[in-house]
Amino acid sequence: MEFLEPQEWQAVALSLKVAFWATLLSLPVAVWVAHILARKEFPGRQLLNGLVHLPLVLPPVVTGYLLLLGFGRQGPLGGVLYDWFGITLAFRWTGAALAAAIMGFPLMVRAIRLAIEAVDPRLEEAAATLGASRFKVFATVTLPLILPGVIAGAVLGFAKAMGEFGATITFVSNIPGETRTVPSAIYAFLQVPGGEASAMRLVIIALIVAMGALILSEWLARRVARRIAGT
Amino acid sequence: MSLLVDIRLALGAFALDVQFEAPDGVTVLFGRSGAGKTSVIRAVAGLVRPDAGRIAVGDRVLFDAGKGVNVPVHHRHLGYVFQEGRLFPHLTVRANLAYGARMRGAAPDNLQQIVDLLGIGALLDRRPGALSGGEAQRVAIGRALLSNPDMLLMDEPLASLDAARKAEILPYLERLRAETGVPILYVSHNMAEVARLASHLVVLDDGRVLRTGPATQVLSDPALAPVIGVRDTGALIPAQVVAHAEDGVTELRCSGGPLYLPQIDAAPGTELRVRVLAQEVILARERPEGLSALNILPVEVLALRQGGGPGVMVQLRLGQDVLLARVTRRSAQALELSEGAQLWAVLKSLAVAHGDIAQGLAPAP
Repeated sequence: MEFLEPQEWQAVALSLKVAFWATLLSLPVAVWVAHILARKEFPGRQLLNGLVHLPLVLPPVVTGYLLLLGFGRQGPLGGVLYDWFGITLAFRWTGAALAAAIMGFPLMVRAIRLAIEAVDPRLEEAAATLGASRFKVFATVTLPLILPGVIAGAVLGFAKAMGEFGATITFVSNIPGETRTVPSAIYAFLQVPGGEASAMRLVIIALIVAMGALILSEWLARRVARRIAGT
Repeated sequence: MSLLVDIRLALGAFALDVQFEAPDGVTVLFGRSGAGKTSVIRAVAGLVRPDAGRIAVGDRVLFDAGKGVNVPVHHRHLGYVFQEGRLFPHLTVRANLAYGARMRGAAPDNLQQIVDLLGIGALLDRRPGALSGGEAQRVAIGRALLSNPDMLLMDEPLASLDAARKAEILPYLERLRAETGVPILYVSHNMAEVARLASHLVVLDDGRVLRTGPATQVLSDPALAPVIGVRDTGALIPAQVVAHAEDGVTELRCSGGPLYLPQIDAAPGTELRVRVLAQEVILARERPEGLSALNILPVEVLALRQGGGPGVMVQLRLGQDVLLARVTRRSAQALELSEGAQLWAVLKSLAVAHGDIAQGLAPAP
């Protein structure tokens, strides 16, 4: 690519990879959690809601540090992952994906939950009387009706993952080719004299991705309304 | 296949304590709003769990609190038609109709028959959002039928429709009853629907069964007038079409004599059931002469029932059937009405509306 220097291209490619995996793996969990929050009454619902939203309000550095404590090689979860599966997250791109997933998670859950709440539960009841098990009700009625909401949530989560900085740099540092995503690269370029041009090109990329994601998710949200109106 | 319901359910301050049996044909659960009709039908469907009791369809137990049986909704094989249709907005009419079969992993086996029965062939490729209220409700009925239910539950399926749409759907329901043979539990607070559809009637009042039995029998009971409403009270008279006269009058025969009504769209020999509103019947001591009313039939007083108002409900024997007449207390005194009195009942032909004539009551063989 002519527009970008190899180093910059590396950061963009890494960001895309991190965001892709973060979105793909957290999306099913987000749908599940959103469904529970929208439809089920259980003790601890508010606690779950709080936990999901915590990364949205905590300083990202705090989230990153907690991830490092939990998922570092010596951490309780990181240790298990390494001993049993040989997976290392700290200071690896996989860790960047985890940090991005957790930071994007509240946005995904919110978008999907809104879509689920817009689905008339009486339709789900009708499906059950027609012989659909709970799972089939979800798969054939709820999911198709919330699909645009799910896609909108995924787009938001993806954009957030592309731009995640604080938790990422705290958890996995800023290693070129491994954990230097677009925001980390912008930060790094700004630390060295003459890096402004590179930083500016990456800023433009970040702007385009963010605007594109917002417009796409708006458009999809409008489709939810039309789909549920059923015309 | 009969339905047996014996349930108790507390809903806040309201207590439901209901026992009845619904045989084949259409059983109407009738009562004012708040009488508990919808709670009963939702309990049968499994959408509400009773506190105690038992629900069974044929020999299949759906709920038994004592034995801890509570078959989940999707295993009950009961088609449910809701008041508001509840079609899936993201699916075409065809996919809505096939939904029940799809859940069984099959194709609907009698799609064409049901589509013809309900007259929805032209709607198959449309989305529910593009249907009128009446069309949507017909599709909802078809969807429930095509899930191959052991029984059909209908919760005021016509309540959200205007009079014209109701009149449009009622004949389809009559055909349904006659042609499919699926037993139906039908919730309604509308006497005209009851008169058209019910073969069996369960009258609910304040969470309890007030009366249950064959519709003709229950509706000929003058004691129910306060629950039904005096203006809506009327007996059901079985009759057979004899001939159509050229002047637009149809002659019928009931057990008490000939009945002349405005032209009915049914071939001679057709069995009908005519609802005669009590307040439309005039009583006379002597056979009146020179009267415009076409129907003058001999009757005998079986019982008199006086309510709190100015009227008296008179139960009359008409051949082998029972007729109700509502007259003022003053008239009852003037005519010296008493049990066993021989009278003449007078009925204007035009006092019987088309909507009060039910067809296709004989269940499918």
